[in-house]
Amino acid sequence: MVLCWGVTAVILAVMLGAVRRPQLVPGRLQWVGESAYSFVRDGIAREVIGHEGLRFAPYLTTLFLFILGNNLLGIIPLVQIAPTAKIAIPMFLAIISWVMFNYVGIKRHGFVKYFKGILFMPGVPKPMYLLVTPIEVFSTLIVRPFTLAVRLFANMFAGHLLLLVFTLGAAYLLTVGNFSVVFTPVSFGMAIVMTFFELLVEVLQAYVFVILTSTYIAGALEEEH
Amino acid sequence: MSVLAELSGNLGAVGYGLAAIGPGIGVGIVFAAYIQATARQPESAGLTRTYLFVGFALSEALALIGFVVPFLFGT
Repeated sequence: MVLCWGVTAVILAVMLGAVRRPQLVPGRLQWVGESAYSFVRDGIAREVIGHEGLRFAPYLTTLFLFILGNNLLGIIPLVQIAPTAKIAIPMFLAIISWVMFNYVGIKRHGFVKYFKGILFMPGVPKPMYLLVTPIEVFSTLIVRPFTLAVRLFANMFAGHLLLLVFTLGAAYLLTVGNFSVVFTPVSFGMAIVMTFFELLVEVLQAYVFVILTSTYIAGALEEEH
Repeated sequence: MSVLAELSGNLGAVGYGLAAIGPGIGVGIVFAAYIQATARQPESAGLTRTYLFVGFALSEALALIGFVVPFLFGT
């Protein structure tokens, strides 16, 4: 929890520092801030949602930086557990995204038309609704936020366990007191390799969370579901 | 009766292993199809990326459920 506030403070400081004195030729900090924003705006919001996506770019950027910052704590020495490895934070982020895409959809189409689009998707033969409607309701309203939360949580948690297994394995092999001491460097080297692998996973999970959120928003905005 | 072999641990780990087979294949197929589509029609990369992530999310859902169930019903 303290870590979470710390990360938020760091992100805030970096981004405020980036826009404090905007210049035509960006300095180093400004370049970092602007490229982070333009990555999410052009690479995710505009690409997935389309022209309307620009409205959601600030939210998506905030989400991306928050998740990325929190995930990166998973490999920073002396911390090495991401706040997102506790289910509460991914769950809350998923609830925000869930409320958001439903709200956007209801605002665009109206309550009845939006849920009609979910319940009875057009272009399906009438008898098939018996089968399709429960699946659609389950997948849109329950599975979406659930998987969004659990995907982030599970990846961070499993990564933490993986690092722990190899680090503790190295410590155990050192103290076990027979010839298997020779395997200690293998286990410790694996822990270091896994740390870099975790870096990849952490960036990827932040990206996937944001791109799925924008995909759901795009789905809610579409005329025909 | 003497015990010849003993196995201890949580069956949930085995359960997750089984639950990961299907989604593993599924996610592989999804990405293979995306790569193939992009190779055949490079301009469609942006268009199909949305479907890529929707399909990826749907098929991965089962693996995630498999991950959570041992925690929920574990002793």
